[in-house]
Amino acid sequence: MTKTIEEINERIARGQAVVVTAEEVIGIVEKKGVAKAAKEIDVVTTGTFGPMCSSGAFLNVGHSKPRIKFGGGKLYLNDVPAYAGLAAVDLYIGATATPDDDPRNRDHPGDFRYGGGHVIEDLVAGKDVLLVAVAYGTDCYPRKKIETWINIKIINEATLFNIRNAYQNYNVAVNLSDRTLYTYMGLLKPRLGNANFSSAGQLSPLLNDPYYKTIGIGTKIFLGGGVGYVAWHGTQHNPNVLRGENGVPKRGAGTLSVIGDLKQMNSRWLVGTSFLGYGATLTVGIGVPIPILSEEILRYTAVKDSDIFAPIVDYSKTYPEREPDVLGEVTYAELRSGHIKILEKVVPTASLSSYYKASEIAATLKEWIKRGEFLLTKPVALLPGVESGIVFKPLEERSI
Amino acid sequence: MRISKKIVLHFPPNLVDKPIIYRLVKDYDMEFNVLRASVTPKEEGLLVLELTGERKAYDGAIRFLKETGVEVQPLVKDIARQEERCTHCGACVTICPVNAFVVDPVTRRVDFVSDKCIACDLCLRTCPVRAMETRL
Repeated sequence: MTKTIEEINERIARGQAVVVTAEEVIGIVEKKGVAKAAKEIDVVTTGTFGPMCSSGAFLNVGHSKPRIKFGGGKLYLNDVPAYAGLAAVDLYIGATATPDDDPRNRDHPGDFRYGGGHVIEDLVAGKDVLLVAVAYGTDCYPRKKIETWINIKIINEATLFNIRNAYQNYNVAVNLSDRTLYTYMGLLKPRLGNANFSSAGQLSPLLNDPYYKTIGIGTKIFLGGGVGYVAWHGTQHNPNVLRGENGVPKRGAGTLSVIGDLKQMNSRWLVGTSFLGYGATLTVGIGVPIPILSEEILRYTAVKDSDIFAPIVDYSKTYPEREPDVLGEVTYAELRSGHIKILEKVVPTASLSSYYKASEIAATLKEWIKRGEFLLTKPVALLPGVESGIVFKPLEERSI
Repeated sequence: MRISKKIVLHFPPNLVDKPIIYRLVKDYDMEFNVLRASVTPKEEGLLVLELTGERKAYDGAIRFLKETGVEVQPLVKDIARQEERCTHCGACVTICPVNAFVVDPVTRRVDFVSDKCIACDLCLRTCPVRAMETRL
């Protein structure tokens, strides 16, 4: 059995496509078997909703009169510094930027109540955002200072461009030390007081396409409540990790770089986020449709939480010291049971990504496709796979 | 006149091993009923008590606690969740000392059981999207 994306799109356009979520497909395959299910199902929708720090937005705010060139100067949105090293009125606001006067971790653990991710949420919500810029002034761009409100509805472009999102699997974070840790994996209580994980597991996009057979450059996706595209493989994309017999990575592996028009997104799905003692970031909603082109691809989408393993990592020493050790492996089914056993101790678990919202994303994307509003795209190139020979390199410092 | 009140006591780390409750009984003739007790992540002690005694002695007991460095709060249900802001991630689940956040095993929706809440405030700053708030 093979299908093409063109054939699937014809069925979507006629309103006849069979679309199910990555959660629903598990039961269907168990009941009907792979061959029959692959024939019937056209698309499986995935979803994930979690904090993703390598996110940000390019804005073009239009030219003031007289003109100003941000490039080479300094720029703030709601007091949060934005990157100005571009042409005159282009800028990039990154999710983890924090105001210059934020005490950060001087008053430990820092609160990080408002940062770049919150600016993006406010922009998407249609709120006015205060732009303050200082520039050095040129003959063609004489202004040296500007203070004004901007609004996403008025500015020329607002493009969400996240260089690394949707990690294919992730660490389970624990703390073996005697003190509380404040990490990007949340608050970790001392002496294995809790274990935090962050993946949608069986609903997660890249865990449903473990060898990147359908997801590639140009794949049309649900992004931040609107439509976006896979732009490239994400930074740190690493196909060559330990994999199970089912092909599913047992470590953080592939990643996606995604892009889309921020103006048609929704602040329900792009939420400013604060990790106590760590920093500000953005919680991003992403859903990727997987066309069922073959039985093999369907089999991948039927992966369930009990088949996906994640490594348990100590964030008191192993992670900060970049040591390779893991304390063990657990499945997402075990993680979602509420507790796991580590070094003979029963440890309560918590998730940082929302499975509940990931389900909603997969269901929303399913509805869009079923209603014929969302056609699939054929990637112009696939993501680098195992054969790419990519090696995930550390930074080895050199003496200067 | 005897009075009885439910209070939340926060013990800073330097007081956790001091016999403070003993003094309430010995010096102020208080009766106490421990409703909840917990050591929080910052190694502070958290104790929820129902404290009963003569009004004058009760006031003295509270004054003694405050002078010793114990933070005293009335037990009031004043923590609420901004429903539209909550993403149901579950980061709060293992932070709450009294398990007031419950994950639905099927939908993975996180429910806030406010009846269990002792207003210890731990969730306020550990909620990544800051969905929890104090309402006056």
